[in-house]
Order: sequence, then structure tokens, then C-alpha cells
Amino acid sequence: MKQKFNIIKSTCVPLPLENIDTDQIIPARFLKATDKQGFGDNLFRDWRYDKNNQPIKDFVLNDPKYGGCILVAGRNFGSGSSREHAAWAIAGYGFRVVISSFFADIHKNNELNNFVLPVVVSEGFLKRLFDSISDNPKMTVTVDLPRQTVINEATGEQESFEINGYKKHCLMNGLDDVDFLVQNRKCVEAYEARRK
Amino acid sequence: MNTLFDKIWDSHVVQVVEDGPTQLYIDRLYCHEVTSPQAFEGLRNRSLKCFRPENIFCMPDHNVQTHDQDKPVEDAIGRKQIDTLDANCKEFGLTEFKMNTRDNGIIHVVGPEKGLSLPGMTIVCGDSHTSTHGAVGAIAFGIGTSEVEMVMASQCILQQKPKSMRISINGKLPKGVVAKDVALYIMAKLTTSGATGYFVEYAGEVIKDMSMEGRLTICNLSIEMGARGGFIAPDEKTFEYLKGREYAPKGKEWDVAVEKWKDLKSGEDAVFDKEYFFDAADIEPRITYGTNPGMGIGITESVPSLNKIPNEEKQGFMKSLDYMGFKDGEKLEGHQVDYVFLGACTNGRIEDFRAFASIVKGHKKAQNITAWLVPGSWLVDKQIREEGLDKILSDAGFVIRQPGCSACLAMNDDKIPSGKYSVSTSNRNFEGRQGPGARTILASPLVAAAAAITGKITDPRTLL
Repeated sequence: MKQKFNIIKSTCVPLPLENIDTDQIIPARFLKATDKQGFGDNLFRDWRYDKNNQPIKDFVLNDPKYGGCILVAGRNFGSGSSREHAAWAIAGYGFRVVISSFFADIHKNNELNNFVLPVVVSEGFLKRLFDSISDNPKMTVTVDLPRQTVINEATGEQESFEINGYKKHCLMNGLDDVDFLVQNRKCVEAYEARRK
Repeated sequence: MNTLFDKIWDSHVVQVVEDGPTQLYIDRLYCHEVTSPQAFEGLRNRSLKCFRPENIFCMPDHNVQTHDQDKPVEDAIGRKQIDTLDANCKEFGLTEFKMNTRDNGIIHVVGPEKGLSLPGMTIVCGDSHTSTHGAVGAIAFGIGTSEVEMVMASQCILQQKPKSMRISINGKLPKGVVAKDVALYIMAKLTTSGATGYFVEYAGEVIKDMSMEGRLTICNLSIEMGARGGFIAPDEKTFEYLKGREYAPKGKEWDVAVEKWKDLKSGEDAVFDKEYFFDAADIEPRITYGTNPGMGIGITESVPSLNKIPNEEKQGFMKSLDYMGFKDGEKLEGHQVDYVFLGACTNGRIEDFRAFASIVKGHKKAQNITAWLVPGSWLVDKQIREEGLDKILSDAGFVIRQPGCSACLAMNDDKIPSGKYSVSTSNRNFEGRQGPGARTILASPLVAAAAAITGKITDPRTLL
């Protein structure tokens, strides 16, 4: 899962729906694994497959027109459950970036902890990006983590996005929070002593 | 500034990482079987032990069956998750309340009732409804599995400090209106993302007058408006609820603790990033009509008309109604339903069973209804029997099942069939939440009870 992140240029998969919750990203009945493998197969399961497990043709993941490692979703992406399985499903399917105008808190952290970059853009940028993808599914977007910019290559529109310096460093160097916290166990012991 | 949230947060800061998050000390980590196995595996891969195993409490709740718990879980993969939790607790030396023991139940019901969740604590769990524990005056929030691993490895978590919000509900709740209605009302006003980025303090006369069970329900639902968590400043009711509980301090230690806890309140001069005020008189029994908890109405109201919905939300709104089989502008009172679910970390406590029993007493379950009544823990089950509620419920044709998360998210075999309507006291009405194709109408235990005896969506005030 620890993949170093730098600059990504890719076509996009559009999901222009608001409030996509984690039960849609990965339904509860697929949470039964004890490892992190295979969740990508069930990403958006109930929108993607019918009752007989046949692909639903007009769902975007089944539409050969669309592909790439950037998912573009409507406002309030990832609301609901804290299940990290949703982030494992997104990463497992092959997405490296999710672009939306607003993310639910816990899910956003879960993406970052799995080296998937949540990119928050303005409502206007998002709307124009959906339009660009609709006009030409082969258009690309560039996400530049070092410069913290996202570019709609069809229109040239560019926005900067926020990420704290610590997390940016982690993503660019393939480090995670457990590494950091274990190195800092002495600070925790000092805190515990202070509190007594 | 000077909010209760600040006080608890600030007293748990280990350090602030440069140009980064805060390293926050965690007093209590709860684990269940679904979101913990990969965290334990992570520790093993890094050759780590739990840093403070005495602060971690585990119990299976999501996969457990609600009947014949003396037998192994039938579903092999669900059983493996439970067995994995058992094995991990043994390997890492953690306390576990195992399935089919008197200590077991839904983690968010068991934590407070055992006195494990206490005022002033920081509490986390790989479960978004961890906000429930905020009702005792703690900062409690849901986290992902990577974060569970962080806490296991260091008893700390890295978090950005959220903004603060206070929601005050003043006045007296009208008859037939309970904590769940208050929460559903607030959610409809704020939407499912209205509190994202915030930690909420609930206040006002309604909260002050509310029982601990009601407060637990309100805090439980904080996440459904996007908040990281919600809490209520501890008061005499909190202390009375916690006194004598298994893990609460005892004797002299109790007195010292209460003195300390009395300081846990926001200052008179506290400044919140956002404040909302609501009037209890405006709230009636509530139901949801759509596929997120913010899509709710008063029980006598109609589903909104399409022309009232903003353009950018129309597609999602119609997709929801299509899934639910409702029409815009439709009145739902009197609409036939098929299932009733009483339970979950939202409404699986003793007061919820009392409320349900108060409506169905002397009536019979409607023929068309399948009812699942699932206590939140074995302790709740014991109270139900001690109070004689089991007799009232069985006389009315209801069966009490065994504790667990059950049909709230249908990870066990309590699944609502596709296309069927369920009036449910749980917390989410997302597509497929109670089973593929299931249609969930969120409501209070009173509304659920009214539906259970009439077979349709019914205003419980007509039965009081």
C-alpha cells in the first residue's frame, strides 16, 4: 500500500453524485475479510453489478469510455461509516486520487493513510471538470503534489489544493503515521509522567 | 475558546507536529471484529506489541447472530472475524467481552454501561458511532483501521483539531417526541454534511432534562450530520448514571473524580466557531423518506416537492425516491411497511425498550409485520426481564432476540429483503444498509412501536 506519490497525469472516472456514502463505496456484507486484499473487486458493488452479479452496463466503472486512476465525485464524498475498507476498495481498484469539492472527515483521513490523495477543489472547478470529462472522456487531469496544484488539461484551468506539510512529506516519501508515532514513544511516556 | 472541547483536547496533547497534525493521547480504545484484524496484522508485520494494552477493550458485535449464540456463527467468514478477534486479544493480552457471555453487547452500549467511558476521557474506536460515548462528557470519535493501529502502537493518534460547534435545544419536548426525533430534526436542518469538520457540544434545557439514554442517542447520531463527534457536559445525571458501574472509580477515588468532573464545562465566555439554536416546540415525531439520514420530515408532513429541491441536488433526490419507491410531495403517514427493527447503538437501551413497550402494551403485533427486537447488550436484556417488559412484549406477540448490531447494517443474517420497507430505530438509511434493496425509514422507538401494531407508518401520538 505504501506508494510514493509525486505527480500524476491521468484520464478520469466521473461520478457526479453528491453524498456518496461508504456503504455505497463498499457495502457492509463485503467487510468480512481479515486482510486488505480484494476490496477493489467490490468497489461500488451494488451500483456496479445487478442481483445476478452481472455488470450494470450504464454504471461508469463498466463503461469502457472511462478509465484512469483519478476518481471525480460529487460533494460530500465518503460520508457515513469509518470503514477503512472503503479506502482499501478505492486503492485496490487502482485509484490514486479522488477529486471532490468536499470530503467526509474520517474517510478523507482513511484515503491519506492508504496513499490515495483526496483533492478538494471549488464547486466551480468540479462542475467544469465534469463538463470537460463529459465532452471528452479522454481528457486528462494533472495532480502535482509537490506544487499542490490540480490542472484540468482540457481547459487549462488550475487550482491549488491544501495538505499539511507533514502529510505531504509522508506521501512523497512513502512514510506512514505509525512509523512516526513509534519513533515518538518517548514523548508519550513523558506525557504520561507529566499527567500523573 | 474556553470550550469544554478545548479543555479536554488541550489536556491530551502530547505534541503538535511541525506544519502538521496534533499528537493526541487516547485514554480508551475500543475494538470490534470488523475494523481491527488488519490493525493487529499491521502490528505483527512491524513486530510491535500494544503499547498500553490495559487501555484497550474488545468485543465482537457486528457479525454476531441474534439467536442461538451458544452455537458458532453460521456464516464461515463472519465466524472467522470473531475467531480472529479472540485470537488477537489472547496474543496481545487485551480484555475481551466475548460473544455469548454476559459482558457482551454492542460496543457503544457496553462502554458507558460498564463505566469504561468516563467524563474527560478521549475515546476512539474503528467505528463512526463512537461519538455515542460523548454523552458522558468525553471526546469520542470514530477512526479508520490505520488509526486503530496507531493507537495500539503508541496510545496516540495524529489529528487536526476540529472546529467547535454548539447546538442548543431549548424549551420542553412535546409529548411523543423523544431524543431520536430531536437528532433527526437537527440532521434535517443541518444536512448530512452540515457539521463536517466540527465537534459538537449539545446544550440547552432539552439536553439538561434528558436521560442518559437519550443523551447517548443524540451523541450517537452526531456523525450523521458529518461531525467528528458530539458530547454533553457531565452533570449530576451523568454522575448518578456512572456511580457503581463496574469500571467506574470506587469509594474515595469516586469522590475525587466527581470533584474533578464538575469542572468539565464550557466557560460562560466560551466562543464557538458555529452556534445553532432550536426550539423543542417545533419538533414532532420524525421519519426519513430518503437514503441519507438528513432526508427527514415530521411524521405529519409530506415528502418535499421536486420544485423545492435545488437544481444540483435534483438528480440525487430523485435517485433516492426511486430507490425508496416514494413520490415527491407524497404523504407517508398510513404507508404500509413490512419490518420493524428496535435496537442498534442508537436505540438498543433499556429506555428504548420501555418506550416501545409503552405503545404496544395491550395491543397485538400487526399480521403484516416482521419485528426484530434486539437489546443492545446482555445487561439491557437482563433489565428488560427484571422490569417485566419481556412479558408485555411477548403478550403483544413480540420476541426478544439476543444482543448485537443486527439489522442496523445486516452483517449477520438479520437482513431486510429487497424492496421491503423497514421502520428502523438504527442510524442509517443508506441504500442497501439493511440488506441489498432494503428500504429503511429511520424513526424513534415510539414510531417503530406504532408501526409494529398498526402495520403502517403511524403517528405514535394517536396511541399515547
